[in-house]
Amino acid sequence: MSTETMATRPVVDAARIRAWLPKYGVYAAIVLLVVYNIFFTPYFATWSNLRIQLIQVAPIVIVALGMALVIGTEGIDLSVGSVMALAAAFIPLYLGYGVVAAILVALLAGVAVGLINGILVARVGLQPIVATLALFVGGRGLAVVISEGKLVDIRNADFLYLGSGDLLGIPVLVWIAALMVLVVGFVVRRTVFGRRLLAIGGNRPAAELAGLPVKRVLITVYVVCAVLASIAGLLSVARIQSSDASSVGLLIELSAITAVVVGGTPLTGGKVRVLGTVAGALLMQLVIATMIKHNLQPSTTEMVQAVIILIAVYVARERKTR
Amino acid sequence: MTNVSGPETPAIVAEDVRKAERTDRIVGTVQRQGALAVLVVVVLIALATFPNFRSFDNAATILVAAAPPMLIALGMTFVIITGGIDLSVGSLYVLGGVLAAWASQYGVLAAFLLPLAVCGAIGLANGVIIAYTRMAPFIVTLAALLGARGLMRAISSEGSETYLVQSDAFRKLGNGSFLDIGYQVWLVAALVLIGIVVLARSRFGASVYAVGGSEDAASLMGVPVRRTKVWVYVLSGLLAGLAGAINAAKLGSGVTVLGVGMELDAIAAVVIGGTLLTGGAGTIAGTIAGVLLLGVIQNLINQVGNLNSNWQQVISGAFLALVVVVQTYLARLRRVT
Repeated sequence: MSTETMATRPVVDAARIRAWLPKYGVYAAIVLLVVYNIFFTPYFATWSNLRIQLIQVAPIVIVALGMALVIGTEGIDLSVGSVMALAAAFIPLYLGYGVVAAILVALLAGVAVGLINGILVARVGLQPIVATLALFVGGRGLAVVISEGKLVDIRNADFLYLGSGDLLGIPVLVWIAALMVLVVGFVVRRTVFGRRLLAIGGNRPAAELAGLPVKRVLITVYVVCAVLASIAGLLSVARIQSSDASSVGLLIELSAITAVVVGGTPLTGGKVRVLGTVAGALLMQLVIATMIKHNLQPSTTEMVQAVIILIAVYVARERKTR
Repeated sequence: MTNVSGPETPAIVAEDVRKAERTDRIVGTVQRQGALAVLVVVVLIALATFPNFRSFDNAATILVAAAPPMLIALGMTFVIITGGIDLSVGSLYVLGGVLAAWASQYGVLAAFLLPLAVCGAIGLANGVIIAYTRMAPFIVTLAALLGARGLMRAISSEGSETYLVQSDAFRKLGNGSFLDIGYQVWLVAALVLIGIVVLARSRFGASVYAVGGSEDAASLMGVPVRRTKVWVYVLSGLLAGLAGAINAAKLGSGVTVLGVGMELDAIAAVVIGGTLLTGGAGTIAGTIAGVLLLGVIQNLINQVGNLNSNWQQVISGAFLALVVVVQTYLARLRRVT
């Protein structure tokens, strides 16, 4: 698509496109897909469809935000799906004590997992993938043990409001995700913590030499990531109106990593693109929705997703070498 | 470092070096054989406390169940020693099983060759992309995970169609035994032995370690870095496909719902076995101990009737955490002395 433009224009513009593509390519792809769908997909440009898509993508966005922060420190967190399962397992156990209590317990589970991950990475010095692999394996098992492997229906209206209610005509779930995007974006761009996080991801030895509280920042990042995952977990329970620890958040770590990477955040750390991450999640959701509307099978969708991931990372890679 | 040499220091230095070398050797051995030591302890305890564990049949069951994960972990060991990772093996395992079951209508040979060809080709694609574009192995093989799963669904009517194994001979290969030990176990044992020899004694094995140790240094020494990387992913793909095929032979069909999370189980086994994810170090013997340890834990939990089988994951996770923490401390001890 860009080869034609590149060939007919002077060299300067080719370079400009090459610099532009990794940064705005995701947004361009979203716009193209949306325009295509508006014209060629029946019932796409309806409020109810938009609603469904946003509700479905909200938990992934929330998890991906935390993942983006962790990846910004040159880490990775495989345990997010297990954290969602843990949160899901605790909700029905504590809903009897009130909605606030249940939510607090679910968030505390996130804090606990985040602390373990963070301490293993920052203090013990494990590689993030290994440190979080332990809780990926054990966390979901623990969640299933806690819930005794049962699927529990949730009937508490206040709690269900979080998953299926509306506020000013927009689903509560979407408000919460949007709020998280704003907060994380603000933290990354405008706070000392955000700057430290990026410095650590960019060059950890240098950050240590500069006297930054590296360990504390790292532990905080893993706690934030896990808490965001537990929020996504409790919202998923509220949306599905039942808690099933063996299925909530299954494989979400891969969706979240995909959203982050497609959004242009490099796995090598030192950079977090918050809006890009949201765009990455939206793009993958759009691809799935488009293919479903055209009666393409999940198999095709998965293969297309694989190709998109490779293209996105390949494009981003070019910029780094330049 | 602190030995500022004076006239009488050489003897002291030599003593220090000897001491350091001894610590180094002990720490290194524990690090490498830690999983084996834990495995022996767990098995001894199990033999003493569980009467049902003692039977020959039970041992054979554990080995047969461990055969496919063993093959996958074998390939993963090579990949991880080069400093890479292969997330696609779970998908390739399922894909291999479905292909084998479908192809068995054309004979036993086809049932093996088709999954090997397809999974090997996907491994080749992984390897070429990783070696020649320098994209992160994590992402490339994540894409392959999706792609291979998509392919598997495409050929199985979105996972709803289960191909039954048509060939009796193929099914017999999956269920038959020699000296009361399943054919699969013999096959795996042979491949593991070949793997050990290749990794420890061959030029390719030396290259694998060199690439994982330091890519730049390996490149300067004339090690074919790219070719080595390509081959480890091909190997990993082939072994995952083969694991799928022998599983299809055992089950008598290509089951489409297996394999989710299997790549991470394999990585866990490799890490428990003492292979460092940073690359450059690790042994196949350790990996075998890692797989068997996870298998024995599962077996024991099944034996304790009143213990919820979900505890298996919890205990596996705890074991993983414990082992890697100990390894890290040992590695640090080694660097300090």
